[in-house]
Amino acid sequence: MKKNLMISIWMTLVTTLIFGLLYPLAVTGIAQVTMSSRANGQLLTPNGKLVGSAIIGQPFSQPQYFHSRPSAAGNGYDPTASGGSNLGPTNKTLTDRVNGDVAKLQAENPNAPVPVDLVTTSGSGLDPHISPAAAEFQIPRVAHARGISETDLRTIIAKHTKGRDLGFLGEPRVNVLELNLELDATHPIAH
Amino acid sequence: MTPNGWTQIIVFLFVILVITKPLGIYLARVFEREKTFLDPLARPIERLIYKLTGVDEATEMRWTEYTVAMLLFSAASMVLLYLIERVQLWLPLNPQHFANIAPDLAFNTAASFTTNTNWQSYSGESTMSYLTQMAGLAYHNFVSAAVGIALAIAVIRGIARRERETIGNFWVDLTRGLLWVLLPVCLVVALVFVSQGMVQNLRPYDKAALVEPQQVTTTGNDGKTTTQTVTDQVIAQGPVASQEAIKMFGTNGGGFFNANSAHPFENPTPLTNFLQLLLIFAVPSALTYTLGFMTGSRRHGWAVWMAMVVVFLAGVTVAYWSEAKGNPLLHGADQRATSMQPGGNMEGKEVRFGIADSGLFATVTTDASCGAVNGVHDSYTPLGGLVPLVNIMLGEVIFGGVGAGLYGMFVFIILAVFIAGLMVGRTPEYLGKKIESYDIKMAMLAVLIVSMSILIFSAIASVEKFGTSSISNPGPHGLSQIMYAYTSAAGNNGSAFAGLNTNTLWYNTSMAFVMLMGRFFMVIPILAIAGSLARKKITPASLGTFPVTGPLFTVLLVSTIIIVGALTFFPALSLGPILEHLQMLAGKVY
Repeated sequence: MKKNLMISIWMTLVTTLIFGLLYPLAVTGIAQVTMSSRANGQLLTPNGKLVGSAIIGQPFSQPQYFHSRPSAAGNGYDPTASGGSNLGPTNKTLTDRVNGDVAKLQAENPNAPVPVDLVTTSGSGLDPHISPAAAEFQIPRVAHARGISETDLRTIIAKHTKGRDLGFLGEPRVNVLELNLELDATHPIAH
Repeated sequence: MTPNGWTQIIVFLFVILVITKPLGIYLARVFEREKTFLDPLARPIERLIYKLTGVDEATEMRWTEYTVAMLLFSAASMVLLYLIERVQLWLPLNPQHFANIAPDLAFNTAASFTTNTNWQSYSGESTMSYLTQMAGLAYHNFVSAAVGIALAIAVIRGIARRERETIGNFWVDLTRGLLWVLLPVCLVVALVFVSQGMVQNLRPYDKAALVEPQQVTTTGNDGKTTTQTVTDQVIAQGPVASQEAIKMFGTNGGGFFNANSAHPFENPTPLTNFLQLLLIFAVPSALTYTLGFMTGSRRHGWAVWMAMVVVFLAGVTVAYWSEAKGNPLLHGADQRATSMQPGGNMEGKEVRFGIADSGLFATVTTDASCGAVNGVHDSYTPLGGLVPLVNIMLGEVIFGGVGAGLYGMFVFIILAVFIAGLMVGRTPEYLGKKIESYDIKMAMLAVLIVSMSILIFSAIASVEKFGTSSISNPGPHGLSQIMYAYTSAAGNNGSAFAGLNTNTLWYNTSMAFVMLMGRFFMVIPILAIAGSLARKKITPASLGTFPVTGPLFTVLLVSTIIIVGALTFFPALSLGPILEHLQMLAGKVY
């Protein structure tokens, strides 16, 4: 008993040193040397100013931008408070919110059904993507606000659309922040 | 449901099938202390650890000493985690200057990570310093997993040995599991994760200027609304990839961030998602082969594996189907799956994963005692959310946690051969060992301790104010939230219907006790059976022996699991998720 007690204390200390410190620091060192951009969150700094991460979503509300999904992270897309709405399927708060958003979006584009991802919050609240259907749905509004043709817009969307990984994993997706940054760079509008 | 969705599920299962045998043999060699290709690297470190800690690697332990050593180590490492949490403000690697953790939350978290549960009543990105995450939480991800594997190996030895008093040396099993199994895989996988965009750094949070500043209107507690302009986005960082690898491979599941594997920094691509799923099932699946290999009945190992696959497929089918059908209460939103969108119930799910990957993840993480989530279980459809809940209630023996799954399954195997023995009217035998009343009593004790702690604590929390005031979803879903919490704690899973606010004195303390009971009170009777089996003589098989191989045994095993689970929990489930499902179809909201 006493012998095992002493071993357990020493074992805790020695293994903490190896697995709690040396291991993560070694991984950090290798990652920082070999893939520093990815290890640091793929931060985007056009014109030298930090505007976000390529894989963390941001909120958009003006008509000339593609809009992200609704977010339950803090006040919306707050990476210090990641998380979903945690609303159950029969919670009235959820059904009211979704049905309200659907009505708003339908008024904006009456000819198309509203893709479900555009009116639901993601699990992280930081989803950088929308479905290709959700991008397609917003094309008329953005094209009109920016004064560019829908065909040109589709070409730019295609550049920021990713297919399934290895051809079968996950879902096709459009990166909203990168898409909007490119629109601002190539088709700026006067503020 | 789409063909592509099913392709992902089938490919996943196929890869698990392929790695089961080689990894299973490797595990047997590691714990039988035979030669492996990693010896030149790992053996010197192993020797050094024994030298520093005073372990005599040549001695073996009886089951009682093995248990005591395991309990002492768990206690010592739990105390260290508690201390780190309580003083993290004064320790290095805390760039956000997070405060010391309050005693009840620190106790809950220490119990949670020591028991391989990883229940989290906190949000990582706003609570835990980098040092606490690395040396406290990720460290326990390693050792609680290694303890689990050690226990499973001790149980297998108990089955395989005859007329022996000892079942191995805990310190040796622990060390070899860490050095030969967990560390090498995690080192490689962590770097693959980084290459996919998972972050790995020690920098302070970055402050970005939003491309489009937002007007945000919030309503305070006093009912007043305030409007403010948000211009910045603070991006939480950290040593995520190194923790993520062991979080999944050790079936721990405790997220670096609050959103867990839904967070783009914690699960950036569908490929990392697929790897995470494989990591969860890898060791638990391989251990079934190790069981067959070490006991000399490989067909028995495969029969157990098949039983796990049957229940896994049933679960994933229901979860995927139910989520793909969507939520009928969301009129107007287009929930059909097309080539342009995943459709289905997307509340709480990420676009990159869609429905198939989310349903699969929810099933896998609760079949095993992992508890990581890549979406919000609380927002799943009632039947989609029922699957994870039932999976945990069945004892997480469908592959199960690393080690814990196999020794949990061992209890059901004992019960299954006992029932078969009753049916054919002979003393039950298991791989040549007679199963006697002592063994059955211990097996029943293990089953009862877990189900009792779930039902009793859920019952208390559902009728008392300190329990019900934490509910965030009214109606039958509220009962599901409470039941899920205690089920997750007792099963050492750690996933949640996360709307329930459990960072309260009642939930923090009661759940900490349930987690400790679910781990240690369950393990002690199981090790007792192992010790008892190791002492027994081998009885040669006869015509009357019920075979523990082949489809008949698989069917019997699955039936035993389902009957025990269904009889225990069906009444409670019918008042929660099943009632909610019927109400949802009737169009009722709460």
